[in-house]
Amino acid sequence: MAERENKPLAAAPEEMSEEAKRRQRMRSWAIAGVLLFLVIAFYAATIVRLGGNVMNRPL
Amino acid sequence: MSMSSAALEAGAGDTALAREPSVGDYVALLKPRVMSLVVFTALVGMVAAPGTLHPILGAIALIMIAVGAGASGALNMWYDADIDARMARTAARPIPRGHVTADEAFTFGIILSVGSVLVFGLLVNWVAAALLAMTIAYYVLIYTMWLKRRTPQNIVIGGAAGAFPPMVGWAAVTGSVSLESLVLFLIIFFWTPPHFWALALYRCRDYERVGVPMLPVTHGPDVTRRQIVAYSVVLVPLAVTPYLIGFGGLTYLISSTALGAVFLALAVKVYRVREGREADQVARQLFGFSIFYLFALFAVILGEHLVQRMLG
Repeated sequence: MAERENKPLAAAPEEMSEEAKRRQRMRSWAIAGVLLFLVIAFYAATIVRLGGNVMNRPL
Repeated sequence: MSMSSAALEAGAGDTALAREPSVGDYVALLKPRVMSLVVFTALVGMVAAPGTLHPILGAIALIMIAVGAGASGALNMWYDADIDARMARTAARPIPRGHVTADEAFTFGIILSVGSVLVFGLLVNWVAAALLAMTIAYYVLIYTMWLKRRTPQNIVIGGAAGAFPPMVGWAAVTGSVSLESLVLFLIIFFWTPPHFWALALYRCRDYERVGVPMLPVTHGPDVTRRQIVAYSVVLVPLAVTPYLIGFGGLTYLISSTALGAVFLALAVKVYRVREGREADQVARQLFGFSIFYLFALFAVILGEHLVQRMLG
């Protein structure tokens, strides 16, 4: 235990500036937007392609 | 795959990451202005094609074409980062400025390329998706990596990449390629050389400095001027063809003839005015008009087909 305490700590990650954090946040929102678009696109295209056949299946 | 050795030498984009990349930097990698012309010509291909495509699928097709075009733009910027850094027109791009690293641009371009083709194929059709994949590969592998730095015919052969989008749009609706879409392809194909050579005439020194063998650099401005006239002579009658094959109406015939006459007149003016600042101005005029010319031709085709659809 004592040995571990004596070990030098790994270098702390460099603190990001507020501006850098804001840019990173915006990128995250953009990626979220793209993912949301894909979900909606696949859902809508499936409905469009299947059309009335959505209800046409053996039960 | 690696960035060109010259790019590595210059260390473009890898050495000085000035700041965290913003969303805007990634948007700039997509070359939005080129993208807008691609989307427009693809839209014309879609509207002019016989048959219908559900508006939602049509919107998805257009978005995927835009993303595919943007992806090839990002890959082009990745590969050309070294020369972009040394040309006035391109020095402010995200990689030369150090806002995005070359590796980030490469990854971004690959993900978007694969993603756009897959989504296009899965949701619209695979013929159009295959054409989109071919367009991206053609632009990146054949134009950017192979031809651009090797031959003055770079933009002639490479121009095909910019000519594919209306064909992709057409194929999104019909699932095939036809004579009409081939004519649209040929119009853009023969438009590209006079368009880019007009730019190269007044940006000649930039291209010379970075060693891109544009025609004015390798063969001189006089040969370039002759070639501009030669390609314009082919382009202008070719642009009337949609009327002759029943694909364009009377409005198109009148517009394409009138616009073609102006295009030819400007090409001849470029050929005749060879000295001083006026020569640059005339080349700029032709470059600017060539953009309007292509936009107007396609806008008339779009308008005619939209009216036809509304009437019946």
